[in-house]
Amino acid sequence: MAEVKEKNAPAVEFGKEERKLITDPINDNNPITVQILGICSALAVTTLMNKALVMAIAVTAVTALSNMVTSALRNAIPKQVRMIVQLVIVATLVTIVELTLKALNYPIYKDLSVFIGLIITNCIVMGRLEAYAMANRPWRSFLDGIGNGLGYGVILIIVAFIRELFGKGSVFNFKVIGPNAEYLINTASSPLLSWYTNNNLMVLFPSAMFVIGIVIWAHRAWNKKLVDIS
Amino acid sequence: MGELANIFIKSAFIENLALSYFLGMCSFLAVSKSVKTAFGLGLAVIFVQGITIPVNWFINYIILSENGIFGTDLTFLRFILFISVIAAMVQLVEMVVEKYSPSLYNSLGIFLPLITVNCAILGGSLFMVSKEYNFSQSLSFGLGGGFGWFLAIVAIAAIREKMRYSNVPPALRGLGMAFILTGMMGMAFMSLMGIDLTSFGK
Repeated sequence: MAEVKEKNAPAVEFGKEERKLITDPINDNNPITVQILGICSALAVTTLMNKALVMAIAVTAVTALSNMVTSALRNAIPKQVRMIVQLVIVATLVTIVELTLKALNYPIYKDLSVFIGLIITNCIVMGRLEAYAMANRPWRSFLDGIGNGLGYGVILIIVAFIRELFGKGSVFNFKVIGPNAEYLINTASSPLLSWYTNNNLMVLFPSAMFVIGIVIWAHRAWNKKLVDIS
Repeated sequence: MGELANIFIKSAFIENLALSYFLGMCSFLAVSKSVKTAFGLGLAVIFVQGITIPVNWFINYIILSENGIFGTDLTFLRFILFISVIAAMVQLVEMVVEKYSPSLYNSLGIFLPLITVNCAILGGSLFMVSKEYNFSQSLSFGLGGGFGWFLAIVAIAAIREKMRYSNVPPALRGLGMAFILTGMMGMAFMSLMGIDLTSFGK
């Protein structure tokens, strides 16, 4: 698991602090591109935007709620068995999320297959429990969970957008660019675009890596203080 | 025999847990800075994977399924039981290794407890369920999956050690480069697709 930065900023003003809890993980302390947490699921579910969106919501819900529950129980959990206690809390919440999703949208549930279950071992959840919820109050931990879930969701949506658009020519299953009349931009009919085909590599494993690598590159080039100097 | 060998090869190379299902990526990227530690973690993963998948097979089919000893469908307990088994097994393995091989224990260090939250382990168990393997198949799947993960992490660690002397653009250094390298390794592993050993040993 990656090293997690502890936020020790003194509480200057309550409202401002709270807002920072939400915005910080979206940019400076993004779980995926900076903390290197939760990569596994981020890569696997990003072939379609629908899947990525559902996954982002599920992870945000689990992170926020498990942060809150763990934080409420933090003084009652013995240090030696805290891993198991946290895992049981997370596993319970994930079971609830899984059953809810199964009831609401079965096709997406089938698509996501094991990756819903793998939220249990999603390092974002465990990482935030260890780094934040065990030392802070429930409300703040809840906000921290929401913030990290959003930070994760933003990257997921960006990667899924690139992969779905170039891999399948669609956005949220709405056909945008492709070689026949079903698509909004029909590449077969226009002479200027006839060279364009959807690239199947984008939905395969390696492209997820390349796209995230490039997203990280862009993020660090834009936000210079994140550059790895080691 | 041919079938088991086929599952082993398939789970190790073609459906590599790290390089085609993205499992265990967090530790894959965080621990692959040197070959030595990557080697230790890889061994620990093979070990734990080889034990937990058969144990979870037993739990899934003997305890939780409708034809199991309780006679009711208890599969909603699957996640909780699986993760508890994994946590308990890791603890057990840690104690056994500490008692019988202190040198291995020291070299694995903190990686043993970290394995509990390695998604490759839980993912392996969940794949075992969704692929409906029987006992010996799941054993072979567990060992093969662990072996594939071991190969992948040792290979990326070796590449990253060499990468330290290369002139990479500053913003791409470290994590960004690791992602791109992993993608290239994934492409290399994709070329192994199509190996079929079903007739092996017949």
